[in-house]
Amino acid sequence: MELAALLGDFTVRTVALGAALVGVVSGVLGSFAVLRQQSLLGDALSHAALPGVCLGFLVAGSRQLAPILAGALISGALAALLVLVLTRTTRIKTDAALGVSLSLFFAVGTVLLTYLQRHQGAAQAGLDAFLFGQAAALVPSDLRVIGTVGGVSLALVALAWKELKVTTFDADFARSLGRPVLALEFGLTVLIAVAVVIGLQLVGVILMVALVIAPAAAARQWVKRLEGMVLLAGVFGAVSGVTGALLSAAVRGLATGPVIVLVASGIVLISLLLAPGRGVLWQLVQATSQRRNLRGHRVLVDLYRLAQDHRDPAYPTEQGMLDAYFGRRSAHVLRRLERRGLVERVRHMPEEGTHWVLTDVGQEQARTLLQPFGERAEGPATRREAPAVRPESEAARREGRA
Amino acid sequence: MARRARGMEGTMGAGPPLVSRGQADRAAAMHEPAFALHVEDLTASYASGAVLWDVDMNVPPGVLAAIVGPNGAGKSTLLKCVIGALRPAAGHVYVFGRPYRRQRHRVAYVPQRTSVDWDFPTTALDVVTMGLYGRLGWLRRPGRREADEAHEALALVGMDAFAERQISQLSGGQQQRVFLARALVQDADLYLMDEPFAGVDATTERAIVELLKDLRARGKTVVAVHHDLQTVATYFDWLAILNVRLIAQGPVRDVYTAEHLRAAYGPRVVLLGGASAAEQGSVPAGVDAGATEAAAPGSPDTPERRAAARPPGD
Repeated sequence: MELAALLGDFTVRTVALGAALVGVVSGVLGSFAVLRQQSLLGDALSHAALPGVCLGFLVAGSRQLAPILAGALISGALAALLVLVLTRTTRIKTDAALGVSLSLFFAVGTVLLTYLQRHQGAAQAGLDAFLFGQAAALVPSDLRVIGTVGGVSLALVALAWKELKVTTFDADFARSLGRPVLALEFGLTVLIAVAVVIGLQLVGVILMVALVIAPAAAARQWVKRLEGMVLLAGVFGAVSGVTGALLSAAVRGLATGPVIVLVASGIVLISLLLAPGRGVLWQLVQATSQRRNLRGHRVLVDLYRLAQDHRDPAYPTEQGMLDAYFGRRSAHVLRRLERRGLVERVRHMPEEGTHWVLTDVGQEQARTLLQPFGERAEGPATRREAPAVRPESEAARREGRA
Repeated sequence: MARRARGMEGTMGAGPPLVSRGQADRAAAMHEPAFALHVEDLTASYASGAVLWDVDMNVPPGVLAAIVGPNGAGKSTLLKCVIGALRPAAGHVYVFGRPYRRQRHRVAYVPQRTSVDWDFPTTALDVVTMGLYGRLGWLRRPGRREADEAHEALALVGMDAFAERQISQLSGGQQQRVFLARALVQDADLYLMDEPFAGVDATTERAIVELLKDLRARGKTVVAVHHDLQTVATYFDWLAILNVRLIAQGPVRDVYTAEHLRAAYGPRVVLLGGASAAEQGSVPAGVDAGATEAAAPGSPDTPERRAAARPPGD
């Protein structure tokens, strides 16, 4: 199907809009989850939502989104509570407590789901779509529920923006300002749970956490402010959601959740590799050019010191000697310096081989490089010669500094 | 009071009274703004046990006060109790004669630099602006005026050139300066600082000392947790020595003695060119010539210190 035709289809538009909503909300709240290092809590929340989904279906008697989401939120909250109780009262650490709680609730949910599918017609209701997500199952009334809940969540974040930011960055300082940090942290956790729950139908309980974490983790790579991170994570979330939903709507037999997660993971991968400043490739390029620069500096300084030792600014240094000083072949470094006009080749009869001298610019640069090192820079020179016979400029610089 | 005095005799033998004169008329002082910070019968605990036991502390306005004591002595906990980040098990805190929650606007708190994640996506300017959130309340957003104030505060600590720098790109000393700028922008009367000198280079340390002196010149009060016994007498003029209980408090020249430090750090604290405090007896390691010679205590967790850190009745 062509994209235009696809978007002309009412069902597909519904699906795309729903996916965009879910993506934005989970991207925004996921940013806080990532910064608060609560990513795993998101995973526990989404797996633990399954029994709640089933119970919501049982209570409502049909597949209506609102009671199902309420059930999911409640069972997610219970799971989070279990984590809290386990870490507070036993010696179990948080990661283990999360694992225990997650698997317990997910097992209960799976038992309930398989039972309901045999006996209560849950199969017809498409309840199993909550495992891996089914975009096509989204109907306009679902959209209203998702839109309302998600919109309220986003509005709350916008309203308490400063407070959420300062609490996430520096909780003790927020307390010193009199902010109700505990209430803010609790509210934020509830909102993260909401973000997880509204995406369940689309992405499924197993992979929903990816849509919370991935856009935020990717956005973190590109920005230097929380404002930017939250906005970009919202965009990444929406892009992943819409792309995944459209693909799975266009191709029969593609479960929506995994496709959305694949798109989001692709964005993460690109961000990890390419983002300026934090990206792996970017850092690699930086490190390489840094090393290249340092090598150039090293050779310049060696040439300068040799010239100083021979009390002759134009002292022609043999390339082999430079190699020895430098500890490796210096030919390519010298060629680069030559291109930048810092060194010149000279012939020095009767000796064989290329000799090099610093140009005026090169000398100037070598002096600049040595400046921060202070005494150490003059080390060899001071040992060997009296101040009076030091090259003119060098003596002047020392006096100026003294 | 009596209980603490007895407890002290056990560890220190005869000596000058440990309780400073402010305590005598404690009842009178209780609700008077005679003290910038007045801590009364403060007891606080974590799951591991008591970290502060019945601490009474007074800091008069206009001084640079240091809180010293070994690791686990409850220094940071004391500050957290003051700002309400930790609820004490017992006791009261008064800031300029009134409870903290009614004096928040007069207090600036500088947490330990390592207590936050410096990889948080924000800029130096943004962190400093957080100092104005208290004044702005919940709904108002920082605007042009707030940005100007934040820039000014950054300039005061020599960091305005780094205003737009991501905080993870700053050195430890620069991060500490950003924290101090955030406190400055709060324009408080009482500054509570948790180890402002921790992990900063010599240049930053000098800059911070100048800043503290400037605050004092403007009539502000500073209470700082400090770790370096060698500099405490030169940087500060008021001192509280803490080890779960308050060992001593008062002007540095009265309180900075071998005896008091021994009570806090155990007998192995070394003063004055290698002689241990135990040999020194009550010879003051005070503010004069020898003060800078006083070395830091030995290993941070000697049995003596742990013994000293145990509250009575434990």
